[in-house]
Amino acid sequence: MIRSQVLVCGGTGCTSSGSKTLISTFEEELVKYGLQDEVKIVPTGCFGLCEKGPVVIVYPEGTFYSHVKKDDVSKIVEEHLLKGRIVNDLVYADVSEEVKEEASKAVSLNETNFYKTQRRVALRNCGVINPESIEEYIAMDGYAALGKVLTEMTPQDVIKIVTDSGLRGRGGGGFPTGRKWSFTAANSADQKYVVCNADEGDPGAFMDRSVLEGDPHCIVEAMTICGYATGATEGYIYVRAEYPIAVKRLEIAIEQAKEYGLLGENIFDSGFNFNLHVRLGAGAFVCGEETALMTSIEGNRGEPRPRPPYPAVKGLFGKPTTENNVETFANIPQIILRGAEWFASMGTERSKGTKVFALGGKIKNTGLVEIPMGTTLREIIEDIGGGIPNGKKFKAAQTGGPSGGCIPASLMDTEIDYDNLTAIGCMMGSGGLIVMDEDNCMVDIAKFFLDFTVDESCGKCSPCRIGTKRMREILDKITDGKATLEDLDKLEELANYIKQNSLCGLGQTAPNPVLATLRFFRDEYVAHIVDKKCPAGVCKALLNYSIDVDKCRGCTACARKCPVGAISGTVKKPHVIDSDKCIKCGACMDTCKFGAVVKG
Amino acid sequence: MKSLAELAAIKEKMKDKVVLREGSGEIRVVVGMATCGIAAGARPVLNAFVEKVNEAGLSEKVTVSQTGCIGVCQFEPVVEIFEAGKEKVTYIKMTAEKAAEVVEKHLKGGEVIQEYTISNAIS
Repeated sequence: MIRSQVLVCGGTGCTSSGSKTLISTFEEELVKYGLQDEVKIVPTGCFGLCEKGPVVIVYPEGTFYSHVKKDDVSKIVEEHLLKGRIVNDLVYADVSEEVKEEASKAVSLNETNFYKTQRRVALRNCGVINPESIEEYIAMDGYAALGKVLTEMTPQDVIKIVTDSGLRGRGGGGFPTGRKWSFTAANSADQKYVVCNADEGDPGAFMDRSVLEGDPHCIVEAMTICGYATGATEGYIYVRAEYPIAVKRLEIAIEQAKEYGLLGENIFDSGFNFNLHVRLGAGAFVCGEETALMTSIEGNRGEPRPRPPYPAVKGLFGKPTTENNVETFANIPQIILRGAEWFASMGTERSKGTKVFALGGKIKNTGLVEIPMGTTLREIIEDIGGGIPNGKKFKAAQTGGPSGGCIPASLMDTEIDYDNLTAIGCMMGSGGLIVMDEDNCMVDIAKFFLDFTVDESCGKCSPCRIGTKRMREILDKITDGKATLEDLDKLEELANYIKQNSLCGLGQTAPNPVLATLRFFRDEYVAHIVDKKCPAGVCKALLNYSIDVDKCRGCTACARKCPVGAISGTVKKPHVIDSDKCIKCGACMDTCKFGAVVKG
Repeated sequence: MKSLAELAAIKEKMKDKVVLREGSGEIRVVVGMATCGIAAGARPVLNAFVEKVNEAGLSEKVTVSQTGCIGVCQFEPVVEIFEAGKEKVTYIKMTAEKAAEVVEKHLKGGEVIQEYTISNAIS
């Protein structure tokens, strides 16, 4: 009889920090203490707090161990599992003072600052069930929504409940999901398709990967429901080949669903047939665009095509197709089971439900968080994310990756939803949230994202292919200190032109990082151009290291550290940096104990 | 899969395996499992609780957990039962048989077995 379960995260983050070895070590140790029949090891999907990985949770206590190393395993087994003493050194306990006072012993996961304000809908099974077990999914109400749909509801009922819930596309577009489904349903054809877009390409976004790795069955179930609602019998999941764990678990999930008769012919004796296929993407960013994605599934080079015709009319293989993102699908079974009103009770006026954000950059708790729409950026960064490390000041957050914009510190109290973000020239995007502090140069950030789109432009239309390249050249001029204010006007004009004339979403949104930084941080651009200075001290060409003669004690440490011999001076006398030789590596600044090296 | 009943049957069968992770049982049974407890035979007591709670179909309501030394080593194995809004009940010198009885009478029936409690030993 199992009395305790040890959940070990098997997401990509924790796998790369060694959780696989933990699982085997746990199994060995359990045998050593004769506990193998009492304690079960369960590999799960992502818990969200990737920063603290590898993560291990012991139930029924719900003890959350972080940064668990191989050598810690025997301690957990001997102390916690055998003797019932929680290993306090390993417990993650970032909690408020009140909770700390109340809790006499180790706190449970749900009370930590990171988890307590989260509402997990799309991620509800991630880190809770073993993703390779269909039985565990069923135990958590899995496939009950599909059963309900096929035995009690008409396709129109399904579309109505999805429409009423107010669910909008989580891939970034924010198009109402129910309406999308109704368009496909309204078109008659001998064959229709459902496509799941799992080609998550925004740098810094990994929520789709987490859902596929942690709860693959919910995508299988949701796509089948969508098939029934729209009249499709075939589905394709287009997933990046760079997500091997997700691909493997999806394939296992599809196999298991087939064995249980939850995919295939006559599901739930309803006469409805549905089949699913996995297609791997080769990693082109443009294939996340819906028409390019379908072109790629068809076996052609992934290039977008003009819309209309929209996929609902002429999509995959020229047939009516519904395409949704992973996170959108992940909400569907819960909406069916708990009702449209329940879902619509969360969020804001026009953005219902929750949204998953991938926190990255200059933030303490890197990881995945799912919060109700309408939560402010301040809450996400300060309360859940734990704030900025090393006491630095928050400068801006980039949302929506290379298609999005940035939210400056002055707008930190903006309630995050689709419309509020659009109103400030930003976008929700797929939910990547990259936090930047005072040491980040906004021109450099804009250049980074533009570099990405220049690389990823498919080349089909010239505004995107040539325009983004010209924009990057102007940005290079700015960061090299060679630009004029006319270049800035040219940059803006070009950006607006590319936005209006590109063929697909990639080009239409590529100038956004530049436009958004220009809007909120124009002074930084001007500083680069007019003063030839990079205020954050990032752009190398504009940097100058020098030594403050009053502070320098002549200890020679910097001179010894300088890789190019640019620093000279005699012992106990102030040193000098030869700026012609200096390569601006900053080694002197890191070495100086007296704060005598200044950057500017 | 032909019917909802079939799905419900799988769910029922699996429920016990995942319920542990919800950790929200209204009643918590905590077994002292320090060296003193183990030496006095706490392990079979813990296992008996886990088994009987499941057999009685109480796994959604009752969480069986372990803890370190409770501090009254002479009375080990010690088991404490916490229930929201009620005073904690401490059972002492437990055995697997007594555990089965506690599950039946106390956890299922709501009736504290006075003669096994610590108050009985002290007074």
